Amino acid sequence: MDFSTSLALIAPELVLSLSGLVLLLVAAWAGDRSARVVSVLACVALGAAFALCIPVVSGGLAGPDRIAFDGQFRADAFASLAKLMIYAASLAALILAPAFLERIRSMRAEYPVLVLFSAVGMSIMVSATDLLTLYIGLEMQSLAAYVLASFVRDNTRSAEAGLKYFVLGSLASGILLFGMSLTYGFTGSTAFDAIGVAVSGELNTGALFGLVFVLAGLAFKISAVPFHMWTPDVYEGAPTPVTAFFASAPKVAAIALLTRVLMEAFGGQVEAWRQIVVFLALASIVVGALGAIGQDNVKRLLAYSSINNVGFILIGVAVASTQGVSAMLVYLAIYVPMTIAGFVAVLMLRDGAGDPVERIADLSGLSRVRPAVAWCLMIVMFSLAGIPPMFGFWGKFVVFQAAVQADMVVLAAIGIAASVIGAFYYLKIVKVMFMDEPAGVIEPAGGQPGNASLGALLAICTLMISPFGFLATGWLGALADRAAASLLLLA
Amino acid sequence: MSSILIIVFLPLLASIVAGLGHQAFGATVAKAITTAGLFVSCALSWPIFLAYLGGDAAGQVVPVMTWVHSGEMTFDWALRVDTLTAIMLVVITSVSALVHLYSWGYMAEDPDQPRFFAYLSLFTFTMLMLVTANNLVQMFFGWEGVGLASYLLIGFWYRKPSASAAAIKAFVWNRVGDLGFMLGIFGTFLVFQTTSIPAILEAAPAMQGSTITFLSMRLDTMTILCLLLFVGAMGKSAQLGLHVWLPDAMEGPTPVSALIHAATMVTAGVFMVCRLSPMFEAAPAALTFVTFIGAATCLFAATVGTTQWDIKRVIAYSTCSQLGYMFFAAGVGAYGAAMFHLFTHAFFKALLFLGAGSVIHAMHHEQDMRYYGGLRKHIPLTFCAMLAGTLAITGVGIYWVHAGFAGFHSKDAILEAAFASGTGMGRFAFWMGAVAALLTSFYSWRLMFLTFWGKPRWAQSEHIQHAMHDAHGHHDTHGHAEHGAHNPPAQEDAGHDHAHAVPSAQQDDGTAGYHPHESPWSMLIPLVVLTVGAVFAGFVFSPFFLESETVWNGAIAYNEHLMHEMHLVPLWVKLSATIVMLIGLAVAWLAYIRDTSIPGKTAAALGPVYRFLFNKWYFDELYHAVFVKPSFALGRFFWQKGDVGGIDRFGPNGAAFVVQQGAVLARKVQSGYLTSYALIMLLGLVAVVSWVLV
Repeated sequence: MDFSTSLALIAPELVLSLSGLVLLLVAAWAGDRSARVVSVLACVALGAAFALCIPVVSGGLAGPDRIAFDGQFRADAFASLAKLMIYAASLAALILAPAFLERIRSMRAEYPVLVLFSAVGMSIMVSATDLLTLYIGLEMQSLAAYVLASFVRDNTRSAEAGLKYFVLGSLASGILLFGMSLTYGFTGSTAFDAIGVAVSGELNTGALFGLVFVLAGLAFKISAVPFHMWTPDVYEGAPTPVTAFFASAPKVAAIALLTRVLMEAFGGQVEAWRQIVVFLALASIVVGALGAIGQDNVKRLLAYSSINNVGFILIGVAVASTQGVSAMLVYLAIYVPMTIAGFVAVLMLRDGAGDPVERIADLSGLSRVRPAVAWCLMIVMFSLAGIPPMFGFWGKFVVFQAAVQADMVVLAAIGIAASVIGAFYYLKIVKVMFMDEPAGVIEPAGGQPGNASLGALLAICTLMISPFGFLATGWLGALADRAAASLLLLA
Repeated sequence: MSSILIIVFLPLLASIVAGLGHQAFGATVAKAITTAGLFVSCALSWPIFLAYLGGDAAGQVVPVMTWVHSGEMTFDWALRVDTLTAIMLVVITSVSALVHLYSWGYMAEDPDQPRFFAYLSLFTFTMLMLVTANNLVQMFFGWEGVGLASYLLIGFWYRKPSASAAAIKAFVWNRVGDLGFMLGIFGTFLVFQTTSIPAILEAAPAMQGSTITFLSMRLDTMTILCLLLFVGAMGKSAQLGLHVWLPDAMEGPTPVSALIHAATMVTAGVFMVCRLSPMFEAAPAALTFVTFIGAATCLFAATVGTTQWDIKRVIAYSTCSQLGYMFFAAGVGAYGAAMFHLFTHAFFKALLFLGAGSVIHAMHHEQDMRYYGGLRKHIPLTFCAMLAGTLAITGVGIYWVHAGFAGFHSKDAILEAAFASGTGMGRFAFWMGAVAALLTSFYSWRLMFLTFWGKPRWAQSEHIQHAMHDAHGHHDTHGHAEHGAHNPPAQEDAGHDHAHAVPSAQQDDGTAGYHPHESPWSMLIPLVVLTVGAVFAGFVFSPFFLESETVWNGAIAYNEHLMHEMHLVPLWVKLSATIVMLIGLAVAWLAYIRDTSIPGKTAAALGPVYRFLFNKWYFDELYHAVFVKPSFALGRFFWQKGDVGGIDRFGPNGAAFVVQQGAVLARKVQSGYLTSYALIMLLGLVAVVSWVLV
């Protein structure tokens, strides 16, 4: 495998990192005046990277010729499908930001650059086939994310969010690194396939410890219970566009990474890690659902909602089959637009002073003040609750179907029961919006800057999760199946 | 004959457009759309009817769309047209069209007219679906549809508690019958493996005498099936036992009573028995039961009708009684006579109801006949129409020239058929029918005499006083619904209301200055048209319905032998109906014209009997004690102990409590302190590690 072939395989990452570096220079040179231009160029770069991934996904490419740098990196259909979602979510985070940040005079040219670097990190995460590549990608993403969380640095809540994220993230990184060294120590390799071979027989205690610690470190990233504690605080404190970004792209990256580690490196020891994943899944579903009930802040509620959703995604991982991975990918593909739509809808609401609205009580009577937003938010909520005509139902359905077909009926049953609890707080928001008297906080639609792009983004995302999404089930399922097959090809 | 598609679906379309769109284009357009739709349907129905009467059209089925194809079970939406359907088509569309027109005048003051017209058209559609059904499931669809429309229309003035209660009562009692019908359909499918009516009717004769095991009893298959189906018919057609909802249904607007509770829906049971007549022919025991119920209802309702004061209730009991005639005609095998009476009855009973509506309209919603009197001078056209209707229902006619009003032809045919059938039950039905005919004549003339003859007695009517007080004799100032809400009619239930002393004629002229005036033309035109029907329908159509097998063309089981026997009954049987009619007339004349003190004296002399009849044989009280009270008690037990104390406590409320506590706990753990977050992460890690190691 020569170097040029490897470079060709990492074309999307190259595009992103080079444009990130160039844009950083532009930002340094031109200052914050260039924020808009940098944003647009970053969008273009993400678009280009997105385009580069499409042929890999649609072709379902896999196998040895997708391996770069002697097994450090793999650009297969699985990774590329995850990248598509990551790039799309990053793009959304770029589109969302100006309207929010410009109002509080925090729109700096670094924002798009940080999102780009974070995207590069996530790209590397999903393509990593070596513990070291994994760690590099993860840290690259995390460092960018810590800064993004405290991006509005003169706001104490934003700064607090960044600090909390950083401290706990470092702890998680430590745990992860510890697990990686244990794994390396007991298996003699950092490459996934070599680890896979080493643990294919009996799993010794050291390697098991390594597995558990690696799992715990990654569980932090996907905010699975009990490693979720940072999520509500960070989501609430971080600027809303950043929260939308956190809730979408890094989730995809970390879950894809987790899946690859579990299926490739520890694919021979499914029984050892399945119970942990099942525990994480159920704990996330239940705690996510229970935690959301008491919330009065929309962003905190969506934070718990994302914890809850991660639980459902982990059911797909726990199934540990092509079907499970495929179901998980389908769920992710629905989850990303669903989450983004939720945050965009919240972002579009302003009170009389033009400040963002975050309290659930403020949404009362939204259907009369901002009917279009209310209807979109209703579709999002029904979709999150998994109520059938909405596309969100399909994600839950495929995951539960995979679980049932893998004879994990109890897991599916508990998941379904817990999703009923989840339905409560989703429907409560719909009730508040449609049945309560207007609270008089939210201003009717007016000429807020950037509302056109937000509206378009909301419309697109809502359309994707509306019943029209079902038109895409066959196509989406085929893509996910091929991606899942590419992951398990070498496992 | 795709015009059937237009006939059936135009009312549905009109109903949807008027019901959903009236806010866009206004009430008048909504009314015009529904009325015009019905007149088109009606105009298309008559040619079909005449073609079948001519005997030159075969039955046919127009497919509409696939409905259910599941394993053995297959049924589709399809419209079946044959002689039987054609008769129902003209009855339904004609009466419905006229009722739509009539409602323009009758409902003119109501604020919710578009809703009313939309319901009327919806009813018409479901009724048409019922009579064009080619399988039992579609028939059930129509059956339930008319039940729903009936519920909506009885409770149309839903602000009036008595109307809501009556609507619920009608719905619940119909459910009782529907349960029988459903079981009948299930059983039929079980036995015949199909719900297709032609297929069932073809296979039915072969099943005669076969038995079926139920709870280790050997039962005759066809008898069981037919009895179950007949329970459905009893509910819908208000036969003895399941009749209690019909008088209360008079709470609905009068046009509704005319359309649904006289001419069409309540005859659905008769139609069903005729439609399935080959099945019933294979179950003689069931037919005997049908005859008995019909005859008993016929007499029972007539006796109650003689004592009621509310003009609509008298006509309601009369309807119940006439339906009894139809059933025992079917029971003795004279399906043609049953359908003929259904046909003529539709005209004269709709006429009587609409006439009564015109009276009520003129009398400012006073329905108590004690406050009427002498109205023939005030509303002469209504009087003429009611007179024609009364002549028709009492069966006035001359045997020797075979000419008479509508009821003369059909009722005589039924009595002759009952006598000619020769069975014991047939004779019983004949005598019951004859006595009922006497009573029919009596209560019909009583109604006429109380209303149109004598001196005005409305000075003490609360409604009239209210009107005089309110608007000085003009009643355009408030809508019916409002009226109902503020001042429920004092005579909702004459049987329970003795608050008014019967007014005497001492107070000046008894009018209190109020002078009723004739209804608008939109109400009078339907009366005129129906008068023509009530006068001529029997005379013109009797040869077709009664004499000719070719007309029916296999649509009903035709009993050649019985039709022959009917001509051979003794002369006194043939004259019996006319004789009892004259007796009834004479008694009514004596009691209500000649010496008006007779009714009071008679009632006093026959105290217990009078009270028994006046209180409708205490059916409501009996049912209240036997079914309603225990049901409420049981319901309360299940509600308080079972639902609230058991299911709620341990189910939803318990789960909600656990979830709530969990949410509180989750909030407490989420303290905001970094150290505790890190601690929980590490604890989680330790927990996972130790779990994996153990």
